[in-house]
Amino acid sequence: MGGLQKKKYERGSATNYITRNRARKKLMLSLPDFRRLCILKGIYPHEPKHKKKVNKGSTAPRTFYLLKDIRFLLHEPIVGKFREYKIFVRKLKKAYGKTEWSTVERLRENKPTYKLDHIIKERYPSFIDALRDIDDALCMCFLFSTFARTGKCHVQTIQLCRRLTVEWMNYVIASRSLRKVFISIKGIYYQAEVMGQLITWLVPYQFSHDHPTDVDYRVMATFTEMYTTLLGFVNFRLYHSLNLLYPPKLDAKAQAELKEEDEDDYAMNSESYLEKLSALSASLARVVSSADEEEAELDQFPDEGEDVEKMEAREKEQKQQEAQRKMFHGLKFFLNREVPRESLAFVIRCFGGEVSWDKSICIGSTYDVTDETITHHIVDRPSIDKQYINRYYIQPQWVYDCVNAKILLPVEDYFIGVTLPPHLSPFVEEREGDYVPPEKLKIMALQRGETTANDQEEDNEEEEDEEEEEEEEDDDDNADEEEDDEEEAEEKNLKEMEEQRSQGKSLQVKVTPGKVKVENPARKEQEEKAEEKRLAIMMMKKKEKYLYDKIMFGKKRKIREANKLAAKRKAHDDAEKAQKKKKKSRK
Amino acid sequence: MEESSSSNVPSCEKRGKMKRTKKRSKEEDEQEEQVFDFNNKPADKDDDEDGLSDSEDSVFSGLEDSGSDSEEEEAEVSHDDDDEDDEDDDDDDEGEQSQQTEKKGSEEKKADEYEHDSSDEEDIRNTVGNIPMEWYKDFPHIGYDLDGKKIYKPIRNKDELDDFLDKMENPDYWRTVHDKQTESDIVLSDEQVELVKRLQRGQFGDVNFNEYQPSVEFFTNEVMLHPVTNRPADKRSFIPSLTEKEKVSKLVHAIKMGWIKPRRVEDDSKGRYYDLWATEDSSILAQHRMHLPAPKIPLPGHQESYNPPPEYLFTDEERALWEQQDPSDRKLPFVPRKFSSLRHVPAFPRFIHERFERCLDLYLCPRQRKMRVNVNPEDLIPKLPKPKDLQPFPTTQSLVYRGHSSLVRSISVSPSGQWLASGSDDGSVRFWEVCSSRCMKTVQVGGAVKSVTWNPNPSICLLAVALDSVVLIVSPSLADKQVVSASERLLTGQQEEEPLEGAGPVWCEAEGEELNQGIRLKIQHPKAVHQVTWHAKGDYLASVMPDHSSNMQVFIHQLSRRRSQNPFRKNKGLVQCVSFHPVRPYFFVATQRSVRIYNLVKQEMTKKLQANSKWISSMAVHPGGDHVICGSYDCRLSWFDLDLINNIDRCRHHKRAVRGVAYHRSYPLFASASDDGSVIVCHGTVYNDLLQNPLIVPVKVLRGHVITHDLGVLDVTFHPTQPWIFSSGADATIRLFT
Repeated sequence: MGGLQKKKYERGSATNYITRNRARKKLMLSLPDFRRLCILKGIYPHEPKHKKKVNKGSTAPRTFYLLKDIRFLLHEPIVGKFREYKIFVRKLKKAYGKTEWSTVERLRENKPTYKLDHIIKERYPSFIDALRDIDDALCMCFLFSTFARTGKCHVQTIQLCRRLTVEWMNYVIASRSLRKVFISIKGIYYQAEVMGQLITWLVPYQFSHDHPTDVDYRVMATFTEMYTTLLGFVNFRLYHSLNLLYPPKLDAKAQAELKEEDEDDYAMNSESYLEKLSALSASLARVVSSADEEEAELDQFPDEGEDVEKMEAREKEQKQQEAQRKMFHGLKFFLNREVPRESLAFVIRCFGGEVSWDKSICIGSTYDVTDETITHHIVDRPSIDKQYINRYYIQPQWVYDCVNAKILLPVEDYFIGVTLPPHLSPFVEEREGDYVPPEKLKIMALQRGETTANDQEEDNEEEEDEEEEEEEEDDDDNADEEEDDEEEAEEKNLKEMEEQRSQGKSLQVKVTPGKVKVENPARKEQEEKAEEKRLAIMMMKKKEKYLYDKIMFGKKRKIREANKLAAKRKAHDDAEKAQKKKKKSRK
Repeated sequence: MEESSSSNVPSCEKRGKMKRTKKRSKEEDEQEEQVFDFNNKPADKDDDEDGLSDSEDSVFSGLEDSGSDSEEEEAEVSHDDDDEDDEDDDDDDEGEQSQQTEKKGSEEKKADEYEHDSSDEEDIRNTVGNIPMEWYKDFPHIGYDLDGKKIYKPIRNKDELDDFLDKMENPDYWRTVHDKQTESDIVLSDEQVELVKRLQRGQFGDVNFNEYQPSVEFFTNEVMLHPVTNRPADKRSFIPSLTEKEKVSKLVHAIKMGWIKPRRVEDDSKGRYYDLWATEDSSILAQHRMHLPAPKIPLPGHQESYNPPPEYLFTDEERALWEQQDPSDRKLPFVPRKFSSLRHVPAFPRFIHERFERCLDLYLCPRQRKMRVNVNPEDLIPKLPKPKDLQPFPTTQSLVYRGHSSLVRSISVSPSGQWLASGSDDGSVRFWEVCSSRCMKTVQVGGAVKSVTWNPNPSICLLAVALDSVVLIVSPSLADKQVVSASERLLTGQQEEEPLEGAGPVWCEAEGEELNQGIRLKIQHPKAVHQVTWHAKGDYLASVMPDHSSNMQVFIHQLSRRRSQNPFRKNKGLVQCVSFHPVRPYFFVATQRSVRIYNLVKQEMTKKLQANSKWISSMAVHPGGDHVICGSYDCRLSWFDLDLINNIDRCRHHKRAVRGVAYHRSYPLFASASDDGSVIVCHGTVYNDLLQNPLIVPVKVLRGHVITHDLGVLDVTFHPTQPWIFSSGADATIRLFT
């Protein structure tokens, strides 16, 4: 047998992966720099298929990077910048040590900087790629923009984040692309559809953060550095796609309206423009001043057969969306001072409503409380002293629920002091077999245009009807069980007889009138089918059986969970009803 | 710079001289001063010139350091001059003061003061020096005067009360100062008080000092026509400086080598955005084929709402469970909460944590492409022909045969299908009529029956019964007379006693009572017999005595000649059961792990089938002879095709050990009985095409036996002609399914 002996781990998957430490040595970077590089370039570890082979026979836990990725990093110009920065820091330290202040100053002036433009372009070769990945960028920027301007990170970063997020919100308003809003306990989720991509971001509530100690802010800052660059470019492109000026300028008309106020109360001159932008109450200036937006109408293509249906469906959807976009058209909102101004202004303006607030809250209010044309006054307190007769006083959840339901919901449930209906997540899409909360069913009915009677009593009656139905169903179940019981009883009799016989006792000879066993053909068929299935399952191959069992287990668990929720709900409703009855009887 | 400083030195000296002269003669004319000025001027000019040349040099080299330094020094020098001037003035004033109105007493005081005045120390009556005076606390004295005498403390010590009284009574208390060094009180005079006040106000100590008096110029600003000295300018003042040249050349070199960089132009393009994706090229796309985009954060459900429906809130138990669980095991990372209105909602405490964890996930988590199986579970179920189409097969339990009092180990159906024999642990063999479930006959054999087998030859009516170490041949006489007589003939036919080697089985005839019961022959074996089986012709029968140690595990007996033989010379493992091939002279031996097939004519092994199971319990041969099924104690059923040696179909239908298997003689059915109390009937279609695997379809699961002592169904057998099946169980019953 000729030939050289093949050495182990010199070919195959062992050569395709590299451990983190070796990668670091290869790049000649310190761990923090390596980490920063990985974050900026979007390099992540890979899990090899056969870890032991890659790990050269050892089973020690290690993280592996693709060797290709690391090679790709070798030629990154930013690595050189990192080294330059390292040298800069060293020189600066030395100068400080020698108290050579002129050198310090000179070094400071020549501090090396780097740009991330090329990395963005490389990571997201097309604009759509960038949009797909913008979720995290938005979440991060919104978080950083709420940070206090002390301590944790550079003030410039915070200001930049604030600017970019305001630009983003203005874009969403201008393009009317907001789709869903959800108030969660973590913050407010928004979902917008930008260029066909669903983009979801989470905005924390406006409170000061107590900064946790076990969080590495350097990592977050590196991410933010990348994200702000990305978001800036995306904003630029988006603004230009709408023919808006970038950096955003307020519309001349709107600006004139805003001018009247005394601006000095709120901000310094340098900041007031951003503040006005972030008030979200004025529209933006366009490059080409067009009178009104023209909606691109869907062209009619002469299609045959099945496509027509699709077309119709699409058209219908488009119309619905159009309606949703103009949902708050012609409505004038006034925000009381205790409601979250930014969020509500953003949402209302996204759907075409007009919004204002008290002058003392924020810059950019357009009309006063006393304005007679206000239709909705959003209040979040148990009662209000002075009420105008020609407007609805509603709680803020109404706005969000309307957006999610895509229709204007009846305002009665949201008046001041009324117990609010539950706020449901618009992101849950129930499939068959899932538990659907009754509130969702109600909203769905409203969407379909079914007008449920508003009166509470009728509601109650309906509920009762439903319950009755349920009971009937229960009865059915019971009937089934009874049949089973009968069968069991028969078997028992038989068994007894058998036992007696086997014990050699003389049977009491007695003829009992036979019963005609009613056979339910449907049931029988069902049983047969079930048995067939059982037998077929027996014949499955081992691998498939395992998979099948797993799937079935998942399904069963889902059903169990749904049942549990339904039971909980029922218990809750029953308890409530009992309480109500008690109250009534007391009266 | 050095030059300039060196040139300054002499001028200073000159000025010093001037001052001395000035001190000496206070009353001098203005003129003289003028003259002095004149004298001084050239030096000053020299200075100026030097400064100028310096600055020119610096302009030439483009460096400002040297120039600024020289300037500074000059300024210092001039400042010094001013100071000295002031001193002079002070002296003058003091002189005047002393000459003018001053009280004599004060004069004396002053003289007193100056008595001790050595240099800058004002008063050293006590020579202990600058030490904490507490050190003298315990001594009567407080220090030493200049002559070395002790200075004693005043005898009367002041206490608080004295102090207070003093404060109240003494009008001069406020201007009294306590001197710690001498422990004496000093009353300040009016002048001294005035001085203190002035100093406190930040004014000059001297009342008469005019701080705004017109400055007397030392040097004139008027340029004179002629220089004072006629010294020619130094050469170095008009050639470039060597040292400076050296410095400059060093800098130039550093710039050339790139060690010193010119000031960076402020790059404002950092925060500037432009259309990055103006030209989208697909070349970069190719690099990213291996790229796995990070999965998005799952969207929130109803539980996360600030006002969720009531069913999503935790009950007390759920909450307790949530708190008990490890954070990584929790289904929800938060507790759902309900707030009655939006203004009650607090900040989420773990917000930054969650974002940070997401960051960590993005750059630290290994990513792996996982294929999500998206199959409809219905598609996984194999498409089998419907059991309905595969009828007939037994479906319902129709008869139960009762009579045994202990578990029924073995059953067998007569070849005609009319009789059923069963052997039980209660030591009896019973014969039942199949159709009526009537027990026709009971034979007490006196021992637990391990196996009963009906002779498969329809023209003979004999039964082999294995119990303990005996095999009995029973003639139940439950058939036509002809048949009975034929079987009798077979038993009595050729009696030939052959002396066998030592441990072989012994044949003997039954007598007396046993003969009356129908037992005809007894074959005594050396060990316990577990199974007995007939050849299809009905003349030979084989018995199994499982034993690890010897080669005598299987005997083949010939009934007509009353002869026994041991076919194997070697022990090849524990034999579980044996069987004859229905048509050809083959013999199947199932050991624990495998089935061996021997050719009895050639006396060699033809095949070995690996069952891949731990312990074979039972075996059945297809009536065609091409297929074998084996049941094993590890719940498996294996189907062998003898033509394709390695083709095994293994099924695991039973939950517990398989005890018995059986083929139907004419229908394509086989059955397996198991300890889980069920009998599974399968339809096994055998195709003539050798390439096609037999299609096995389970058609019915028959239940009826009760599990007793962890044993379910022990034996199973088919009816020879009808699609019926008999099963015997540990609950002492035999059941017929039709």
